[in-house]
Amino acid sequence: MLFDYRKFPRALVAALLLMCLAIPAAHAEDDDDEEEGFGFAIVTNAKWKAECGTCHVAFPPHMLPVGSWRAVMAGLEKHFGSDASLDAATSKEIGLFLETYANRRGSEPTAKPLLRITESRWFRSEHREVSSRVWSSPKVKSPANCAACHTRAEEGRFGEHDIRIPRV
Amino acid sequence: MSRMFSQAAAVLAAIAGLAAQPAFAATPDEVLATIKKEAAATPGFQGFSAARGETFFKEKHGGEWSCTSCHTDNPAAPGKHAKTSKTIQPLAPSANPERFTDMTKVEKWFKRNCNDVLSRACTAQEKGDVLTYLLTVRK
Repeated sequence: MLFDYRKFPRALVAALLLMCLAIPAAHAEDDDDEEEGFGFAIVTNAKWKAECGTCHVAFPPHMLPVGSWRAVMAGLEKHFGSDASLDAATSKEIGLFLETYANRRGSEPTAKPLLRITESRWFRSEHREVSSRVWSSPKVKSPANCAACHTRAEEGRFGEHDIRIPRV
Repeated sequence: MSRMFSQAAAVLAAIAGLAAQPAFAATPDEVLATIKKEAAATPGFQGFSAARGETFFKEKHGGEWSCTSCHTDNPAAPGKHAKTSKTIQPLAPSANPERFTDMTKVEKWFKRNCNDVLSRACTAQEKGDVLTYLLTVRK
């Protein structure tokens, strides 16, 4: 006997369709929390990506507080030992982007802003299980080399699922 | 109807073609000509030299780094940032057609890298020598 779709209860069809829609949505929501970490949304800006992402991964704005970004942007001529200077218009746009999405959760020390993300309390805490052998491995070389372990760092994704620590 | 489709397809193909064209503002030869104009203003200018450019590129200039610290001895090969280890695309136009096609970008990087390697700005003579050398490098 052939299946008569006309007899199939409409309510059931509707429910099934709704479930199909609802499952990926729920999954995506779950992903956001898991993948991005700390519940920060992934934000982007073309100039930030191009200028800050040439020599290292373009570090997401939420990794430092406002005062730190201001200090970083004011010191680009000597940026951790390299000249990373920008023209005024580009610098202004990137500075605004960084400040808009900077980390505002912690209390910010006003005296001397922290310049290195790796010295942040949250960074140390998140990486406390990483052995010194991994840090000094030639495959990692610098703690600024996020992509050595965070396979999707370029996309701004630093969640647990996207970590592959190289064998040392 | 089918004619309309083929016309629309042609228009779309044309747009895609335009979009696929790299937005290079200049050729490396035009960039070199711009640098030459600046260098020619210096008394005693006698043109650029690839040999001088190569020496300049490979030598240290009193600091910790040379150009090769990041770009390697072979400018046609990918390099690696001396501090962060991030890959740097080849510098020689023969290996990377995007290089030296945007004067603003060229000036930005000469300013930064000359400061890092020489702790000063490069002269037009030095920039022209280096680009002349890079243009002789084959893949």
